[in-house]
Amino acid sequence: MLDLTRYQSCGAALKDALEQFAPEVCLIESDRDREKERLTYRDFKERAHSLATGLQDASFKVNDRAAIIMTNQSKWLITAYAIFYRGGVLVPLDYKLTAEEQWQLLNHSSASMLITEYPIWRQLSASPSRSSAITLKTILITEAPANADLSGAKRWEEFRGSGEPAFIPRNRNDVATIVYSSGTGGRPKGCMMTHENYLEQCIALTSLYPFAPGFRYLSILPTNHAIDFMVGFFGPFICGATVVHLRTMRPEYVREAFPKYKITYVSLVPLVLKNLQKSLQTRFDALPSSKRKMFRALVAINKALTRSKPRLALSRRLLPQVHQAFGGQLRAIIVGGAFTEPQTLQFFYDLGIPVANGYGLTEAGTAITVNDLKPFRADTVGKPLPGMQVRIVNPGSDGIGEVSVRSKTVMSGYLNEPELTAETMVDGWLMTGDLGRIDSSGHLQLFGRKKNMIVTEEGKNIYPEDIEAAFESLPVKEFCVFAANYIWPQRSMVGEQLILVLRLEPGQSLTGELRRDISARNNRLLNYKRVHGLVLCNEDFPRTASLKIKRNILAARLALQDRGSAILPL
Amino acid sequence: MRTIDQTTQEVLTLASKHFQVPSDSLAPDDDFFRKLGINSLQALELLSRLENHFGIELPDYEVQGVSDFRTLASRIQSRL
Repeated sequence: MLDLTRYQSCGAALKDALEQFAPEVCLIESDRDREKERLTYRDFKERAHSLATGLQDASFKVNDRAAIIMTNQSKWLITAYAIFYRGGVLVPLDYKLTAEEQWQLLNHSSASMLITEYPIWRQLSASPSRSSAITLKTILITEAPANADLSGAKRWEEFRGSGEPAFIPRNRNDVATIVYSSGTGGRPKGCMMTHENYLEQCIALTSLYPFAPGFRYLSILPTNHAIDFMVGFFGPFICGATVVHLRTMRPEYVREAFPKYKITYVSLVPLVLKNLQKSLQTRFDALPSSKRKMFRALVAINKALTRSKPRLALSRRLLPQVHQAFGGQLRAIIVGGAFTEPQTLQFFYDLGIPVANGYGLTEAGTAITVNDLKPFRADTVGKPLPGMQVRIVNPGSDGIGEVSVRSKTVMSGYLNEPELTAETMVDGWLMTGDLGRIDSSGHLQLFGRKKNMIVTEEGKNIYPEDIEAAFESLPVKEFCVFAANYIWPQRSMVGEQLILVLRLEPGQSLTGELRRDISARNNRLLNYKRVHGLVLCNEDFPRTASLKIKRNILAARLALQDRGSAILPL
Repeated sequence: MRTIDQTTQEVLTLASKHFQVPSDSLAPDDDFFRKLGINSLQALELLSRLENHFGIELPDYEVQGVSDFRTLASRIQSRL
């Protein structure tokens, strides 16, 4: 691994990594069962430099902003490096947004260049919002068919110059990227991340979860997402590891990729992790009785032997079939983007597969806390990473308050939003808006968002996400708990209630049996923590590209219903 | 060669079998996420089944943003 304390910018560090690890494989790209591409760091440099020369010839200047809207693939990373090499600012956008949303963010970022894939460009160019693009000068399209109408764009593959491009150095405090943490609604939040943010985050993360040549990271989360950008690009590259891209996210090909490429790390969101858990559990349950008993006994032995720390080699010997299904080299599954149920984390840990759960937000870099596995704790989001100062602001008698963070990984501010920046960054501390408590062993526990909460008449603060654990595995499609007043604001601080919002399976109805199940779970909660009503949601919960529930949007949708008739008594 | 109507009908039949709902409960213009109550992972599983049935490959980008049976059938038809 490079010594990142010596570097001023992402571009400079990556530039040296390409030299140092030249013969190592840096990228593998696979489409279904066909391997499309395998690049060494030397190959990567060659392709990126010719693109950087193209940028140079096109008068792409220092601090010019270039947006990437692409699925996970080699050209994403090649383009990002070329932009850094030429001193530009990268604007990674979510490819799953609608064309209108993408145009909104493109305009907000004032990007002068857009690099995207042909199918995405077809939708963008057909959108009426295109006429609003005023700063965009150059559009590069990858993989366009030979006779395609490019609608004013140029082909990425042909946008090449000759000769060596000039490297433009940047300083640690210069902006490296503008990453949108939210805001396709009224007020886009473009986090201005500096080169220092990434350098320091990488130092912190790799101290716990190191990469090295020969390690292979399976890139599934969108690369525009902070987690994949760090652990699916910058982190592995500065350590000489390999990133594996899949051009399809079909579950069967994702499953095949683990043994095929001997994956070392993968990042998943909780929904996918839970899906994986469900399919593994189904397979375990289908074992003949005698084998099932033997399997359970081995899991129990593994659990006992890994209580204090993971012992990968031992777990692989005890449960070889499980580990072989994951390729036999998996060191950890990184999970992020949303709260993960402790039961799911424990399920994988008991099989000898550590899940690195943590807590982070775009504004603070990739992660603030991560489970250090010393020992594994499924009930927390881990301890602050090295270099992170975490404090709880205005803690209540139970120790819970707003989590605030100070570190070199915290953004420099929101683009064009000085007031919002001032509200969020107070005396050098980032106010996360999340509620948490640090326990006696230094682990952070989360208790929901600041505003979505209730205060009971007994003066107890109740956090909906805390209540959700009581309904874990409820036989419905999706559920979540809200403070009713968060959905339907009231000018009163008394009589606040929690409600359980249900999205039923197709064809499912709210039967007496389901009601009884909910009531039984509810009654196991302390009385002041119980939900007081049910609300049925007739459509899927809105989620971000990383499958996090968009609670504010869901609340706004539910608010269209009349409160009195929407809340069904329990 | 199938007509687009035949392709659409086959898509509906396969979806109803895959998700175990009555075949007459699905219509071409239904939003399959809403009607079947499925998530993106389940939709990808359906696509794999459709590919096997029709003997084609549908790249992920071809179905990005598609949420109704009729459009899905037209994307399949263009690759038959």
